[in-house]
Amino acid sequence: MSFARDTMLIFRRQITLSLRNPAWVIIGLIQPILYLAFFGPLLSKVAAGTVAGFPSGNSYSFFVPGLLIQLGLFGAAFVGFTIIADWRYGVIERLRVTPVSRLAILAGRVLRDVVTLLVQGIVLVLAGVAFGMRAPLGGVLVSLWFIGVVAISLSAISYTVGLLTKSEDVLAPAINMVVVPLMLLSGIMLPMTLGPGWLQGIARGTPFRYIIDAMRSAFAGHYLTTMMLEGVLVAAGLAIACLWIAGRAFVRENA
Amino acid sequence: MAIIDARGLARTFTSRKRSVEAVRGVDLTVSEGEIVGFLGPNGAGKTTTLRMLTTLLRPTAGTATVAGADLLADPVGVRRRIGYVAQAIGATGGGSDPNATVAEEVTLQAQLYRVPQGEIAERTARLTGQLDLGGLDDRLVKTLSGGQRRRLDIALGLVHSPRLVFLDEPTTGLDPQSRSNLWDHIRRLREDLGTTIFLTTHYLDEADALCDRILVIDYGKIVAEGSPEELKRRISGDVITLSVSGGPDAAKGVLAGHEGVRDATISGRSLRLTVDRGEETLPGMLRELDAAGLALQSIQLARPTLDDVFLTVTGRSLREDAPVAAPPDRVPVA
Repeated sequence: MSFARDTMLIFRRQITLSLRNPAWVIIGLIQPILYLAFFGPLLSKVAAGTVAGFPSGNSYSFFVPGLLIQLGLFGAAFVGFTIIADWRYGVIERLRVTPVSRLAILAGRVLRDVVTLLVQGIVLVLAGVAFGMRAPLGGVLVSLWFIGVVAISLSAISYTVGLLTKSEDVLAPAINMVVVPLMLLSGIMLPMTLGPGWLQGIARGTPFRYIIDAMRSAFAGHYLTTMMLEGVLVAAGLAIACLWIAGRAFVRENA
Repeated sequence: MAIIDARGLARTFTSRKRSVEAVRGVDLTVSEGEIVGFLGPNGAGKTTTLRMLTTLLRPTAGTATVAGADLLADPVGVRRRIGYVAQAIGATGGGSDPNATVAEEVTLQAQLYRVPQGEIAERTARLTGQLDLGGLDDRLVKTLSGGQRRRLDIALGLVHSPRLVFLDEPTTGLDPQSRSNLWDHIRRLREDLGTTIFLTTHYLDEADALCDRILVIDYGKIVAEGSPEELKRRISGDVITLSVSGGPDAAKGVLAGHEGVRDATISGRSLRLTVDRGEETLPGMLRELDAAGLALQSIQLARPTLDDVFLTVTGRSLREDAPVAAPPDRVPVA
């Protein structure tokens, strides 16, 4: 099937370019590890029973899923900048006049971002283990699945906004306006249950709130829960919606 | 046989309640094996027309058959058969990725055009050889010179040996030596492979040196068409400037009624004649002057340039950019 072949061609090209200049992959990874090192110890004290409502048990098992989501949010949301650069170089137009599937121009890039984030996620989990995190392998794998799906959603949307606006000046504030509130409302730093009712209500309307709950539930070894079901449905729904929007933008004849 | 046949191609851009007709009904026919130049000032609609013909932009009206495939019904068929090299002006690149190597670029492009895996190495070697890119395989694109990078852009448009290639301002931004070198490559493409070439340019010397036929576009419409020679002759005529021993008035009396003379004016001590075919008219004129006993002191035959042609058809020089705000009768503002 030519779509699969084309996707692999674009994917291989993107991976080659990433490996040639791995600075961004490394910078993206340093940030969550800094959180792990400099914020994690604070959280251990909080978790030691002084704050009501904080989940008992290993604080790193609470914190690492949050950092994974943060990694996914920031790692994937900024990929749109690369497509603006590619547009300027004429690379996108050059690809669009070949018989290559226009959807593969998107899919190959998204696949690269997913692979990059999974590798970063694995490194982060290993670092977490070094700091004292304990979680079942199954829970870690489920969490990585969530990270992959989040990466698909955000990178597809980021490419779409980049392709349609072709302007860093529009993309940068757009990403910050969307990603920062989503991150704050997801409860990746502290459990949202600590917050007042109105805050919890708003958080209930954002997707990452459900995804983080499902990941924490997986880290605790609970797989067949309502939380997990909600998380899977929200993540899958988000990915399908984002891919649909992005797919339309990439296949369009005037981009 | 026509390799491009477009009828009434038009494109309107709409933004913020303002609509601009970038291309307003272009009809054009290009025959197999021709080198056709699309000439016009910046903003005249050259690139928009090219982007429509190459499936990058959907026309708002009109139809076209490009390389045997219908532009609207079978865009993938068009893409398979054509090559396209985008313009590379200022910060905008012509298609090659600065962070990839030359070999990576050519190989990927060949794979995207479905060149069989077994032929890619041979095809790449031949192409890089043809375009003087041999030995640069492992170089990063950003380390190439301007001329090399432009030749790579062009190589990427040729990996699948298309019968028809679109070149958008192929030599803009290159130094004179690289330009004439690239012209040689473009000519050879047609001589060796019979490739049809459709290029846009706003360089008159380029159109003159390279093209069999020129289409002049202005305000989104084709305003003149013909070979460079025809255009110059039809629109402006040749100019003969001469002075004789008896003064310009005497010469005018003898030559004003001569066959082929469209206009005769006296400027200073010389007579200026606009004639249809200068080289054919000249010998007869010399005989008449001789017969009238007027001794020739100086004579000059000047061919018009394409700039004269452009000035005549559009009322402005090609070197000027298209005005930002076009006259209201030309670009309706909705």
